[in-house]
Amino acid sequence: MEGQLAHIGAGLAAIGSGAAAIGVGNVAGNFLAGALRNPSAAASQTATLFIGIAFAEALGIFSFLVALLLMFAV
Amino acid sequence: MATKTTDAAGHAAEAASAPGMPQLDFSNWGNQIFWLLVTLVVIYLVLSRIALPRIAAVLAERQGTITNDIAAAEELKAKAVEAEEAYNKALADAKAEAQRIVAEAKAEIQADLNAATEKADAEIAAKAAESEKAIAEIRAGALESIKDVANATTSELVTALGGAADDAEVAKAVDAQMKG
Amino acid sequence: MASEAHGAEEGGLVFHPMDQFIIKPLFGGDHIGLFTITNATLWMALAVVAVVALMVVGTRRRAIVPSRGQSIGELAYGFIYKMVEDVAGKDAVKFFPYIMTLFLFIVMANFLGLIPMSFTTTSHFAVTVVLALLVFVTVTVVGFVKNGAGFLGLFWVSSAPLPLRPILAIIEVISYFVRPVSHSIRLAGNVMAGHAVIKVFAGFAAIAVVSPVSVVAITAMYGLEVLVAFIQAYVFTILTCVYLKDALHPSH
Repeated sequence: MEGQLAHIGAGLAAIGSGAAAIGVGNVAGNFLAGALRNPSAAASQTATLFIGIAFAEALGIFSFLVALLLMFAV
Repeated sequence: MATKTTDAAGHAAEAASAPGMPQLDFSNWGNQIFWLLVTLVVIYLVLSRIALPRIAAVLAERQGTITNDIAAAEELKAKAVEAEEAYNKALADAKAEAQRIVAEAKAEIQADLNAATEKADAEIAAKAAESEKAIAEIRAGALESIKDVANATTSELVTALGGAADDAEVAKAVDAQMKG
Repeated sequence: MASEAHGAEEGGLVFHPMDQFIIKPLFGGDHIGLFTITNATLWMALAVVAVVALMVVGTRRRAIVPSRGQSIGELAYGFIYKMVEDVAGKDAVKFFPYIMTLFLFIVMANFLGLIPMSFTTTSHFAVTVVLALLVFVTVTVVGFVKNGAGFLGLFWVSSAPLPLRPILAIIEVISYFVRPVSHSIRLAGNVMAGHAVIKVFAGFAAIAVVSPVSVVAITAMYGLEVLVAFIQAYVFTILTCVYLKDALHPSH
């Protein structure tokens, strides 16, 4: 019973990955919108883009990690 | 939970697969950390002692070479422009010289021609004068001869007609007749 | 674990997505001491070999017109050098060999881990936590040595209204200490997730009907992982530069 609950928890935690995907898409999409408005400034901001994506993705990775912990380590 | 299931499934399953997440097996962290530090120190030493100074030197050298090459190329370009100017100047000079030579030659030829023409004219004039003189002489000679012949003929005629030919009278009459 | 056990019992689908991360001693024995040569040691050593091959052997001719290997080495050099200069500032250039070491190790370990049947050292938290802590300790020490107590100004947001500042300071301190956590888990999590997903798809290939889809999915994931391998190394490096910039110029 406990094990099944852990699996359900892992599934719930995996929702976080989807949320992170929304976040990453938001970052990239807004970057693209801005870059199309002012293409000359885009090249200098790619580093910022990657940092933003990394921060957004890290949280998704955290939820993935929680899922893994529930699956394998609890 | 993992251990429980594994216990249920028997120890064979545990030997075959991972005990949960290998990442969370803290018993081997010391080993990994030790070798990671060794790895990082080795890479750091290799990079900072050998690789990075070398690449920096190569990049600096390349930058220098490029700068030098650009300078050399500009110098060559300037030289080329100079050479073109010199060539144009030489061409213009040569043209002027050629024209000068042509003009000189023309003048010379003209002078020669004039001289030759003059000489020829003079010769022709001299010859013409000579010829005229000769003709005049011949004509004078002819007149004399005519006069002689006329005198003689007149004398003969006068004699034949029974008159006494007086040479002086005859000459005078012939002269008058010829002038007339 | 449960699914594995059940799978083994039923003889159907068997998933061992985490088995590829098991650390084994290379030369027999099952005890892992501090100096035991394990598969992790081997692949770290191979990462060193790859770095040496790229940065030392590739550039041995010092050619003005570079060969392919040399131009890749020079590209990596210029890439990281420019990143350090642009993000962390001109006075951070003395940390360039250190950052270059981190970048090259991570990128080489990630790419070597993509070779089938290989072992990915950067998928282990032991490795990434050490890398992140090295950055964290370096940044903190450099910050205090360079700025003294002025480094604490990093947490005191002077542009915010005064009543808000203590709350912001708490948030800033927390976020400062969460940095090594997210820094390390991001790298290991990304790499581990990609490899585990590929393994899961590989498990599906056992079913004949699904296997073509599974193979296509593995190929697609592999392409994504090649991208992730580089991007994560890039992100790790650029975040190191950002943290270093905070240490060198703490004013907000």
